[in-house]
Amino acid sequence: MNIYLNELLFGIYPYIAVLVMILGCILRYDQNPYSWKADSSQLLRSKGMRWGSNLFHIGIILLFVGHLVGLLTPEAVYHLVMSAAVKQKMAMIAGGIFGIMCFIGLTILLWRRIMDPRIRATSTFADILILVVLYLQLILGLATIPASAQHADGSSMIALANWAQHIVTFRAGAADFVMEEAFIFKVHIFLGLTIFLIFPFTRLVHVFSAPVKYIVRPGYQVVRKRG
Amino acid sequence: MKVRAQIGMVLNLDKCIGCHTCSVTCKNVWTSRAGVEYAWFNNVETKPGVGYPRNWEDQKQWNGGWTRKSNGKIKPKMGGKFRLLSKIFANPDLPEIDDYYEPFTFDYAHLQTSGEAKDVPTARAHSVLTGERMEKPVWGPNWEEILGGEFEKRSQDYNFKDIEKEMYGEFENTFMMYLPRLCEHCLNPACVAACPSGAIYKREEDGIVLIDQDKCRGWRMCVSGCPYKKIYFNWQSGKSEKCTFCYPRIENGEPTVCSETCVGRIRYLGVMLYDADRIEEAASVADEKDLYEAQIDIFLDPSDPEVIAAAKRDGVPDSWLAAANKSPIYKMVMDWKVAFPLHPEYRTMPMVWYIPPLSPIQSRWEDGQLETDGVIPDVSKLRIPVKYLANLLTAGKEQPVTHALERMLAMRAYMRTKHVEGAPDQSILDHVGLDKPTVEDMYQIMAIANYEDRYVIPTNHREYAGKTPFDNEIAFASRSECGFSFGDGCSGGEVKKSLFGTPTHKNSLNGQIRRQK
Repeated sequence: MNIYLNELLFGIYPYIAVLVMILGCILRYDQNPYSWKADSSQLLRSKGMRWGSNLFHIGIILLFVGHLVGLLTPEAVYHLVMSAAVKQKMAMIAGGIFGIMCFIGLTILLWRRIMDPRIRATSTFADILILVVLYLQLILGLATIPASAQHADGSSMIALANWAQHIVTFRAGAADFVMEEAFIFKVHIFLGLTIFLIFPFTRLVHVFSAPVKYIVRPGYQVVRKRG
Repeated sequence: MKVRAQIGMVLNLDKCIGCHTCSVTCKNVWTSRAGVEYAWFNNVETKPGVGYPRNWEDQKQWNGGWTRKSNGKIKPKMGGKFRLLSKIFANPDLPEIDDYYEPFTFDYAHLQTSGEAKDVPTARAHSVLTGERMEKPVWGPNWEEILGGEFEKRSQDYNFKDIEKEMYGEFENTFMMYLPRLCEHCLNPACVAACPSGAIYKREEDGIVLIDQDKCRGWRMCVSGCPYKKIYFNWQSGKSEKCTFCYPRIENGEPTVCSETCVGRIRYLGVMLYDADRIEEAASVADEKDLYEAQIDIFLDPSDPEVIAAAKRDGVPDSWLAAANKSPIYKMVMDWKVAFPLHPEYRTMPMVWYIPPLSPIQSRWEDGQLETDGVIPDVSKLRIPVKYLANLLTAGKEQPVTHALERMLAMRAYMRTKHVEGAPDQSILDHVGLDKPTVEDMYQIMAIANYEDRYVIPTNHREYAGKTPFDNEIAFASRSECGFSFGDGCSGGEVKKSLFGTPTHKNSLNGQIRRQK
């Protein structure tokens, strides 16, 4: 790949994508809080939600956590417990299982969104776009498993982790780590970054509102004083 | 003791004629927007019937309200906090829109644009959601209007619990009543408890339960939590909405729209004082049948000097105390004991109360086989079974309902002797333990029902918003602000084209059929 394009896509684009996400979210939360929502369509059609939504959400949360831990744990830290080869094997197995869960769920949800006349009629462009993008990304992710299997020593995984760690710690030369990696990894990374880019303009913003505080909210009642 | 004030409502079902004016005026004001076409913050059901949404009263199906645990504590019937959050991706307790009804409009344009044809053109029903033609609407907010539909289906009514219901399917024994329903603005609201975002809250100053539209994230747990199914998910905005008790009107001392427009003058609004420290205790009593008494037990007497002192200490304005003293709600609920909560067994401690309806005495009365106890007809011979009313209003306990019906019958009989026969019969009053001034007052408020007797609503005191009654900072700050908004500052809920999402539907109730793309 052209070195300049490589630098643009994996050295500069990550910062553009994340910046748009952060500023976009701040702007939306501040200016248009009425639009900040999960946008559930279960009221209109509950069929397919039980399996589709549960499998998708659980799968994708586990995949996200897996990527976060897998990519950002420094080599020296996980070497205390396991070798890179073992870690890659774990990642492939866990990622495969969660990926298949997510795939089944997302297939149901995407089918429902496009084929159910009610859901289709009440879907915005962004609703369909984000599902399609996530679906493609998931398929790409699953397709990287065979590519990873070609490097059982974990060398690919180490390169990608180095890239991610360099990006989040603002170190120069991050893009060089992925320069020689397989094409499928590059597409997967690019699309992943694109999800960050479109994040504030889709319903994905609801992930920031995950109601974990509910667990620690004292008691059950909420009373507001006047004023 | 922590004294709080609330504007409560009483509906005198004895006078409801089922005209739906309350529903229609409410709809025109609050839910004539895209996303809530199916929502009726106020609807009137004919009972017996399964209602709207279908079978809403049966919490075995919907898991609304509260349940009492073996340790005596209560928790939402949907489950504790972890169990509830586990339902967040797909909520098994959520009604589907078809349980309410698929919103529709009629293709009126076809009447004018149809070409010459053999048959007269008709305006067919089209779904508001998809624009597709609907063969026929199959459910709605008053589907069983005046006993519409088969008895077999209507008799699935939850209130037939412990009643041999077969005989009420026969023409001679049939009975009906109207039940106007709105948000109960509960003292122990299950919707608030179930809201993961903390967007639903109870206003301290008047007890109105509202949903903060900017904080609501659309997790839809409140829809399931509310046992009355009076929270509606707006499928267009992705947020839940509910009856606001017309708070912008209440704040100005005006009655809610449903009350103001009630042609039967059945609705009453007034202040109730209650002890907020005892809510949990009252909602947790072991026997469901004691819940009605437990709730009236925490209402406070506004003429009691001790209560007045505590109320002042807790910031209840003087004008509210004065209104509490004239409250028609207090009279009907506490003094005369003729009004009851709707389904106290849900343990939400509702604040919209109902006076049970009288009904014709069975045919034996007309045959000359009067079954009276000497003075007034035996209430067990009323066409509407007392047990049915008790299942609706007192968790099945018949005695309080019987007592109320007897008093209402006595009031009628006494006033008849006074106005028609010209000789008031004191023995009627003695029979039910009423005295003359009380029955005259009951007659004035329940039968004559003048506007100023029905609505005793103190205005909201913004000037008390600060730390002391003389702190005007908040009052000045909120001067000329929007009284009601859908968030986004002073937005009226109109969502325009935006990068953050453009609505798919607009003006869905204007008679235009949605064209498929």
